Amino acid sequence: MNGGQDLGGTHGHGPVKPEPNEPVFHGEWEKRAFALTLAMGMPGGWNIDMSRFARENRPPAEYLSMTYYQIWFAALVTLLKERGLAADDEIVAGHSLHPPKPVKRILSPGDVAKMLHRGGPTERDTNTAAAFKPGDRVRTKNINPLTHTRLPRYVRGHVGTIERVNGCHVFPDSNSTGAGENPQWLYTVRFDGRELWGAGSDPTIRVSIDAWEPYLEAV
Amino acid sequence: MSDHDHDHHHDHDHSELSETQLRVRALETVLTEKGYVDPAALDLLIETYEKKVGPRNGARVVARAWADLAFRARLFNDATPAIAEIGYAGRQGEHIVALENTPKLHNMVVCTLCSCYPWPVLGLPPVWYKSAPYRSRAVADPRSVLADFGVTLSNDTEIRIWDSTAEIRYLVVPMRPAGTEGWSEEKLAELVTRDSMIGTGLPKSPKEIAK
Repeated sequence: MNGGQDLGGTHGHGPVKPEPNEPVFHGEWEKRAFALTLAMGMPGGWNIDMSRFARENRPPAEYLSMTYYQIWFAALVTLLKERGLAADDEIVAGHSLHPPKPVKRILSPGDVAKMLHRGGPTERDTNTAAAFKPGDRVRTKNINPLTHTRLPRYVRGHVGTIERVNGCHVFPDSNSTGAGENPQWLYTVRFDGRELWGAGSDPTIRVSIDAWEPYLEAV
Repeated sequence: MSDHDHDHHHDHDHSELSETQLRVRALETVLTEKGYVDPAALDLLIETYEKKVGPRNGARVVARAWADLAFRARLFNDATPAIAEIGYAGRQGEHIVALENTPKLHNMVVCTLCSCYPWPVLGLPPVWYKSAPYRSRAVADPRSVLADFGVTLSNDTEIRIWDSTAEIRYLVVPMRPAGTEGWSEEKLAELVTRDSMIGTGLPKSPKEIAK
């Protein structure tokens, strides 16, 4: 979606402000919001692409006025409500008011290290051949889906060069809607800065994205 | 993402934060009562990223790449198994690519769409990495972003920006500072800053850590 999250090349956000000796979390609630989000992945049953869509799918003004963990927390509430795992009246009351829905598994303390170490690899076996190879010139498609995509606006319709072939990976545009993993070849595509930002821009800049094959066409 | 330094926003932000604090606490109680989360598992998740997983991990990887040429070759050939040799792997680092800085090429990593970051080697991302100023400008005007960090590169250095739009995670391997010949990996690791592994900073000089 062309939402508030798609920030590459937008203007007016001001300077970057590094915080000296920044703590990992700013306050207790950030810790709990972070941990709840990670722990609920297992019983909740959603995938990372559904989580990302739940975070970005809000009015841009709202997205830009929230802190990052506020966005995470709001998305967690959305995902829980969508699946009937928690309801607004319960969050207001601060207690469970409805019988729990059965869930497959919950995260036990003994499983935390294992879950983190395993992670969620997205590379999949395939018997298809990659359409592109390093050095090939490609153009990104002009797509504007209302649903989740990982093709940022600032590269759409531009010509770049395939730099790496990263294997076949779960396709977020499908996975985020529940349409399945639909694995696709994933490439690192490099663009000249002037191709993206115009002839007057810094000639020393090159920018790459990681792009699934359905985002690309041969030039 | 909101700018808490704006005075006119202060009261507004403060009350919204309290509201968030209450809602997070309420939700944890609801989910615990329903049997969906075990608070001890939450504590362990927090402890892991507060105490165990952080940029010291990445610093060890970089220091080894500086000191051990065979490791360096494995790291640039296929970073995920090379980093796993040191014991770092897993969530948000399932597919890692190491990027080599040279006198002619400076690498910098961003996620314009969200906050993708190599957790096993750098820990959780700082607020600025997830902020609109960084995500908007890193891909269009990286020299001005570097200026915000007090870093100036020569005008003929190529700046290579890696926008982490998929599940590939990038780790910058900065150039080894001069005057460190014969140093142990432990001592070299002290020179490696978090920002130098994102590309918004440079490693410390031997002088800086001697102070």
